[in-house]
Amino acid sequence: MNSVIHEEYSVAQYDFANAGKASSSIKEHLKQLGVDPQVLRRIAVACYESEINLIIHAYGGDIILDVFDDGTIQLIFKDEGPGIEDIEKAMTPGFSTASEKARSMGFGAGMGLPNIKRVSDEFDIQSSSEGTTLTLRFKES
Amino acid sequence: MKLNELMNELKWSNRTPDLNLEREVSGVYCGDLLSWVMGNGLPDQAWITVQGHMNIIAVAGLREFSCIIIAEDASIEEEVIQKAIEENIPIFESHLPVFETAKLLIEKGL
Repeated sequence: MNSVIHEEYSVAQYDFANAGKASSSIKEHLKQLGVDPQVLRRIAVACYESEINLIIHAYGGDIILDVFDDGTIQLIFKDEGPGIEDIEKAMTPGFSTASEKARSMGFGAGMGLPNIKRVSDEFDIQSSSEGTTLTLRFKES
Repeated sequence: MKLNELMNELKWSNRTPDLNLEREVSGVYCGDLLSWVMGNGLPDQAWITVQGHMNIIAVAGLREFSCIIIAEDASIEEEVIQKAIEENIPIFESHLPVFETAKLLIEKGL
């Protein structure tokens, strides 16, 4: 598989004012490419949730978008810590470690990772104290 | 039902008067937990919330809601209004609580 589109976005820790900006750009770009609206909506949910995770849980991070020549859309969310202590717990609907500030803004429902997994065709998460890498793939079919 | 018909009948204040209100509303979603709203809302719904900060614009844009209705006179930051105009997302204010606001929309057939 060759990547036909490759883009990277940086997301800063606690940058609530710009939260969702990268996801909106990615959605807009994929829309212009003619990605199916249903797939696009799934990507938007996953991308926004993952972007928020970089802002509220990680020390910021990067979003890497690749569109492959077979139509697969891949999003990688990569940060440099602090890592997820217990991934199984983090995947449990309702479990959250979000700060009071994040909660007061309506985040921290504990639905982020479960929502992301639900809407993605492929979901892989690797985490250590050095950082977390979340790889998502979406296929048009 | 279109946004302008709802606005006129329900006496909402329109905080983004320059935006086009010809858009159809398909239903209603109520919620303040953004992940929940993001995960479960549907395109073209009117979203009722008491959250008035910047992040509601990203959620409404990505979920393709037809508008945001801020219930119970909850405060909205001015920069949120500016962003809503840029992103073409109408924002209304309802004096009524979320439940009462939704009830009136149901009475209108939504």
